[in-house]
Amino acid sequence: MTEKNWPLWEVFIRSRTGLAHRHVGSVHAVDAEMALQNARDVYTRRGEGLSLWVVPSSAIVASDPADKDLMFEPTASKIYRHPTFYDVPDEVGHM
Amino acid sequence: MYTQALNIKDMAAAAEDSAFDARFQSRVDAEEKIEPNDWMPDAYRRTLVRQIAQHAHSEIVGMLPEGNWITRAPSLKRKAALLAKVQDEGGHGAYLYAAAETLGVSREDLVEQLLDGKQKYSSIFNYPTLSWADIGIIGWLVDGAAIMNQIPLCRCSYGPYARAMIRICKEESFHQRQGYEIMVTLCRDGTPEQKAMAQDALNRWWWPVLMMFGPSDKDSQHTDKSMRWKIKRFTNDDLRQKFIDATVPQGQYLGLTFPDPAMKHNDRTGHWEHGEIDWSEFKRVVAGDGPCNRQRMKQRRDANENGAWVREAALAFAQKRRARAEAAARIAAE
Ligand SMILES: [Fe+2]
Ligand SMILES: [Fe+2]
Repeated sequence: MTEKNWPLWEVFIRSRTGLAHRHVGSVHAVDAEMALQNARDVYTRRGEGLSLWVVPSSAIVASDPADKDLMFEPTASKIYRHPTFYDVPDEVGHM
Repeated sequence: MYTQALNIKDMAAAAEDSAFDARFQSRVDAEEKIEPNDWMPDAYRRTLVRQIAQHAHSEIVGMLPEGNWITRAPSLKRKAALLAKVQDEGGHGAYLYAAAETLGVSREDLVEQLLDGKQKYSSIFNYPTLSWADIGIIGWLVDGAAIMNQIPLCRCSYGPYARAMIRICKEESFHQRQGYEIMVTLCRDGTPEQKAMAQDALNRWWWPVLMMFGPSDKDSQHTDKSMRWKIKRFTNDDLRQKFIDATVPQGQYLGLTFPDPAMKHNDRTGHWEHGEIDWSEFKRVVAGDGPCNRQRMKQRRDANENGAWVREAALAFAQKRRARAEAAARIAAE
C-alpha cells in the first residue's frame, strides 16, 4: 500500500454547561472540518456533549512520565501552600 | 494518539531492565492504570496490541452479519434500531483502533494485518444470519456474551483500553435488550411458525456463542500472564459459566429449549452445567474454515480496496484547500 495515512486528531467534549472539555479519544481525518464531523459521529451518538474540540495529535506536547518525580514531587513538601497548614483559633470559628 | 515517539525511545533503553519490570508489576498490583507513555514490558504491549486489534476487527466484521438484514427488517422501528446498533459497532471499532494506536501501531497497519490473515476476529462472525430470528439471537446472545466478557475489561490495567470499554459497555446494553425484545415478540407474541424460527436460530447459534469465550482454561495459552497483568480478570471458563447462568432463565421465559441434552442445574453449586463443547469446530472456524470466513474477508478486502480512492481523494482535496488558503493569506499579507 502506497497511500498516506490520514492524520490523527484528539477529541475533547464538553458534556454539560459549566464543565471543562474532557479528552475522550481520537479520530482520523484529513482536515479540521472532517475531524469535527467524525468526532460527532464517533463520540456523540447519544447526546454526550454540547461542544467539541479537535486538536491535531501532533500538536500535543506531553510531559515524560519518567520525569514525574522531577516535575511534580517538589510540591509534596510545600505543605504551607494548603489552608490546613495554618491555625485559626477555635473561637474564630470556620474560616 | 498522544506522543508515540516517547514510547519508542523508552523501549530500546529499558528493555533489559528488570527493575523496570518489577516496578511495572507493582503498579499493576496496586491497581494503578498504565498510560501510553509509561514504561511497559514489551510483551505487555504486544499482548495488548494483539487483543485490542482483534477486538476492533471483531466489531467491524461483526457489522456484516447484521447489516445483511437492515433492508429486510420487518418494521420501521426494527430497522431504525438495527441501523443504530450496526452504527454503534462501527463506533466500537473506531474507539478500539484508537486505543490500539496509543501503543505505537497505526490503524492502517492493523487493518492490513487482518486482511493478510495475520490477525483474527471473533469466530462467531463466521456464521450466517439465515432468518430474522438470527438478529434477535445476535442481540440477545452474541452481544450478551460480549457484555459478559467486556465488563471486566472496563477495569483493565491499560488506561485507554479500559476507558474505551466503559464507553462500549454503556452502548452494549441497548444491543442486548433490543435483541431480547425481538425474541420475546417472536416467542411469546408470535405465531407457531415464528416461534419455530426462533428455536431454529437458537439451535444454530447456541454452541458457537459458548465458543466466543475461547478455549477451555486447561487449553488456554494466554490466561496466566494476562491475569497477572490485569488485562484479564476472569478465566474463559468462569466467564462462560456466568453467561450460561444468566442466560438459561431468559431462554426458559421465552419457552425455548437449549440444544444441549446434557444441560442440567446443579442444585449444590447453583450453576447450570453444560455438555461437551465441540472444540474441533472452534479450531476449524478460527483457522479459516467456518461457513462464512471467506465471504467476510472478501467483504472487508473489497471495502478497503474500493474505499482507497476516496481516502486518497479526501487527502488530496484537503491539501489543495490548505495550499489555497495559505496562498490567499500570503497575498492578503502583502
Ligand atoms: Fe460492540
Ligand atoms: Fe454490540
